[in-house]
Parts: sequence; C-alpha cells; structure tokens
Amino acid sequence: MAAGAASGGSATTDTYKEARTWLLLPAWVTLSILVLAPVLMMLIYSFLTKEFRGGVIWEFSLAAYDQFFFDRGLFGDEPPKIEWTYITIFWRSIWQAAAATLLSLAIGFPTAYFIATRSENMRPVWVFLITIPYWVNLLIRTVSMKFLLRDQGPLNDFLMNIGLIDSPLHIVNTNFAVQLGLFYSYLPFMVLPIYAAVERYNFALSEAAADLYASKWTTLRRILLPAVKPGVFAGCILVFVPSMGSFLAPDLLGGAKNFMIGSLIEEQFKGNAGNWPFGAAASMVLLTMVLIILMFSARQQAKADKAGG
Amino acid sequence: MLGEAQLSDKENIAIDVRDAVKRYGDFTALKTISLSIMDNEFFTLLGPSGCGKTTLLRMIAGFEAVTEGAIYLYGDEIENLPPNKRPVNTVFQNYALFPHMTILDNVAFGLEMRGKSKSEARKKSGEMLELVQLSQFSARKPSQLSGGQQQRVALARALAPQPKVLLLDEPLSALDLKLRKAMQLELKHLQRETGITFIFVTHDQEEALTMSDRIAVMSAGELQQLGAPTDIYERPHNMFVADFIGETNLLEVSVDGIDNGRATCHLGGGHELTCNAVDGVGVGSKVHMSIRPERLYMSAEPVETEGLHGRVKDNIFVGTDITTIVHLDEGPDFVVRTSNSDRGNKRIFEPGAEMFVNMELGAARLLVD
Repeated sequence: MAAGAASGGSATTDTYKEARTWLLLPAWVTLSILVLAPVLMMLIYSFLTKEFRGGVIWEFSLAAYDQFFFDRGLFGDEPPKIEWTYITIFWRSIWQAAAATLLSLAIGFPTAYFIATRSENMRPVWVFLITIPYWVNLLIRTVSMKFLLRDQGPLNDFLMNIGLIDSPLHIVNTNFAVQLGLFYSYLPFMVLPIYAAVERYNFALSEAAADLYASKWTTLRRILLPAVKPGVFAGCILVFVPSMGSFLAPDLLGGAKNFMIGSLIEEQFKGNAGNWPFGAAASMVLLTMVLIILMFSARQQAKADKAGG
Repeated sequence: MLGEAQLSDKENIAIDVRDAVKRYGDFTALKTISLSIMDNEFFTLLGPSGCGKTTLLRMIAGFEAVTEGAIYLYGDEIENLPPNKRPVNTVFQNYALFPHMTILDNVAFGLEMRGKSKSEARKKSGEMLELVQLSQFSARKPSQLSGGQQQRVALARALAPQPKVLLLDEPLSALDLKLRKAMQLELKHLQRETGITFIFVTHDQEEALTMSDRIAVMSAGELQQLGAPTDIYERPHNMFVADFIGETNLLEVSVDGIDNGRATCHLGGGHELTCNAVDGVGVGSKVHMSIRPERLYMSAEPVETEGLHGRVKDNIFVGTDITTIVHLDEGPDFVVRTSNSDRGNKRIFEPGAEMFVNMELGAARLLVD
C-alpha cells in the first residue's frame, strides 16, 4: 500500500513535468522559427559565396566580411587596408540613432509624465491619442514628414509667415531630418514604458522631497528619475535599436549622403544589384553591435543600481 | 500695548490658522477653521477619516492651497511659500522614504538641500540616527528595515533639518499595537527633548489622549472641541466628542430646572439627576447627557441623594476592569466600570441583584447637541 502511494505521488510529479514540457512547446517552436532560424540562416549566408543578381552559391567564403572591413583595391590584389566606407555608415547609424533616442527622451519623458499625472480615467484616453498616428503605415508617415519639412512645405511657410525666418530652412536631406523621422517613427516606444514607470511611481516621494527643501528640478533629478530609470532605460532601447537598423527615414529624409546601415542592407537584397552574403554579413555586424551596446548598458545599469545601494 | 501683545504672539504662536476654508470644487473639506498652535506644544488633530484633519495638515505643509483665510507661521503668512520654502517638515503616513538611498542619505537629504556640505550633513544625520537608535542601520536601504524602524528613520529625516514645526500624518497607524504604544512614548519624549512644536494627526483617540498637550477634535470639516486631553475627556462639548472620545453612557434627558448653576434632569422612568449647568442648554430642552462608566459606582443603599435604583444584568471581565451592565427601573441601561484595583472599596453585584448607581456631581455632563 505504502509503495503504491509513493509511486502514485511520483506519477503526479511526472505528469506535471510532462505537461509543462508540452505546454512550453508552442513557445519554443515559435521562438525557433521566428528568431533562431532566421538569425542562423543569416549567419550561414554571410559565409557563402555571392551569386550575381542575388542569391548565393553554396561555397564557404569570407569575402563578405572581407569586403566590409578591408579595402584590397579595385582588382583585389593590393595589400589590405581598412575599408572606412562601411564603418563610417555604421558609425553614422549609431549616432543618428543615439540622437533620435535623445530627442525622443526629451519629448517623450515630459509627455509620459503628463499622461501619468492626469486623472485615472483620462490616462487611457491620452495613451490612445498618442497611438493614433501609428495606425497609418510607416511609409506614408515618413513621406508626409518629407512633405511637411521640405523647402516649400507647410513648416517653412509657417515660419516665414510669422517672420521668424526670411528664407526656407533646408531640412530635408540632412542628418537632422533623419533624426526627426526616426524620432517620429519610434516616439511611442519611448512614451509607453516611461508612462508605465511614472504611473507606478509613489508621488508621496516627490512631496517628501519638496518637504525637505528640494526644488522641483532637484526632486526630478534625485528622486523621480532614479525611481523610473528602468522605464527610461527600456524606452531608450526600444527607440535606439530599431532606429539603428531603420532604412525608411534615412532613405526618404536623408538622401544619398546620409546613408545608414539599414539602407545598406536593404540594397543588398533588393533588385539586381544585390549581394546577399554581404547584406547578411552587414546584418550580423549590426546584430553584434546592438548586442554589445545592450550588454554594456545593462552592465552600467546594474553597476549604477549597486552603487546606489 | 497692542504692539507688545502682537510681538509676544509672534513668539508664542507657532501656527495660527485664521478662518481657513478648503474647497475642492463643490465639496467643502474644511469649513472655516481657526486655531492657534502654541510654540513647543504637542498638538493633535483628532477625528475620523474624512474629517479634514489631514487636509489641514497638508495646508500647513504647503501641499494644498488655502481656499479662503490664512495660515501664519510664527507671525508670518506662509500661503505664498511652496513646500520647499516652509521651515516645517512632515513625517508621512507611509513614511515615503527614498527607496534608492541609504538610511543615512535619506536623513541627510534635507540637510543637504538646506546647503549643508555633504560631510556636515552626514555627521548630523549620524547623530539623528543615534537619537532614534538606528545607527547600525545607516548603510541599509529602507526596504531592509522593519516598519517600526522605517518609522523612526522618517522621524529622524524630518527632524534633522531642525524644522520650526514638525507635522506627523498618522505616523503610527501602520504599526502593531505594542510597537505603537512604545512609539507613542518615544515621540512624546522626542518632542520634549527637541523642543520642536509637533502637530500630530490621528484617528486614534487613545493615542491622542496619551501624547497631546492639546487636542482639536474634528468632524465633517469642522472643529468640534479644542482643549487639553482631560478637558476633552471629562467635559465633552457635544455628542460627537463624547461619543468619539472614550466609552460613555449617552442618555436622552430633559432639563427640568436650573438653579444656582445646577441643572436637574429627568432620565425617564422617574429617575432624576443633578449635574452642572452648561451654556446653551436651558430649562425644558431635551438633550443628551454623557456619563463615563468609570465615574459610576454601585451600592446596596443610595449613597448620595439621587442614587438610581436598578438591577444588574451582566458582569463582563475585561482584564483591568469589570464592566457591569445595569438596567434602571423602567429607565435606560447603564454601563458601570469598576477597576480591579478598586474592588476593595467598590462593590460588585451578582447578575439579578438590586442596587443603586451613584456618581459625583461632576460626573454627568450635559451636551450641546
């Protein structure tokens, strides 16, 4: 009897374990198909030989990475020098994305704070309003942005009409236009996590700070910001990462001079000029860079948290 | 002469609330309150939740604007000063300690904001933590401390910048009974030691009686009675105060006659009582009377002329006392409390026994409404 009871008990545990395995299976399958497989494919393609007009030849080659980092002259027979073209594009992507992130933070933080401090039944309304522009396709939004910003566009008309400027500002085809485009594309990704953090914030802490003679600015810097830092961090990542790989805004608003890594990759796969292994290699470099930046900031974050306590 | 009086007022009155009104849209949270809180006083705002006591405290701290009237701090109007410019500090209900700072940094925050150097602020904060016996926790985070410890940190943090007035918003409500009792004594002690005016908000009448120099009893946005704990307890002004503070026998009476400052009152069932007359209660008025149960005692024969005859219904043992429920002949029920230490002098009757309920002249109190 005792043995029977014991085996019964272990059977329940087994069933539970088994059920857990089966229940987790869909998640694993989805992850494998949607995340692991594409990245793995990209990794493999980046080490293959290119076929002209797109496609690959299944032959191992380091040519794609070589092309990305080294310059061997027009005919490939000179001693290798560092190839700056793509590294420059990369570098530009990083700081364009960083500028867009800062811009989003500067606008997104006050917006999120504003929403979080409305009355409880007004907050969902404001969040809803924030998302309305995003019902329109990104391409359409970016094109309209271009129309708004161009030399004869409404923005310049307005500024000239109120007499602020005499001649139109040339915004389109500058880095700033790209930053504006990226900012506009990803602003909600900044607002929503910060909003969630500020909404959870205990405003009695701000009162306590004011009670202890802190100015509004000091309260923001020393009490509110540390408390909502995880939300700010999440927002920055959610804006920075897609900004870095974005190609619509740089293509449409930046012109040929302000090429970003997303456009470079897009070009390798689209149309006839394609070089799939090179595009895959550039993607792998982008992925690695993003991972390094994320790991670095996560470590900084952890360090700051530890130093704080 | 007037000038002199004003000067001494300026030094003696810590907080002067003059005809202060607070409205939120249509809702009036405070209806024209005036009160003066003296320098170096332990002053309590007492009332049930929603009576406006916290609103008044927040108006003094600067978190709420005054709709009408004015508040003066040692003679200066403070309405236009934001909270961070008012030399008052608050101990918040849920402490509101800064979670990302150490205990020491929490306490040092106010001092730093007042322009003290970091080292000076830390040194002073260390002393404050010693005062509340938490020195060994100075490097910890608030979340690593118990509720009682957090409470004491909040206290140290609010006292560190040496405010002119310390505001305490139900600071003990989150603590368990034993800790609360200990903290009550500690708070009272701290107030004497620092000489800072304390304004304490609570809904716990026992807490208020224990700690306060004076108590303002509030209800529905109005001041019901202002006085020393003994005043409030022994001489409640109206029904609300008598009922809210302590336990009492509330009886409907009609005033039959007033003579020489004494009022003769009819209890119903033929029982009569004499008590001190009160302003605002005239002959013929039907009002309530409050008699504290511990002011009553029982005897086999009437001791004073107006011993009330009745029968014991039940005796309840409650540790320090015995509570006896008495039914007067054709009259109301009475609760009589006899302290266990008094059992040598005072008699306890078995249920069903006939006896007389007696009291001294001052024990019964007529209430205005």
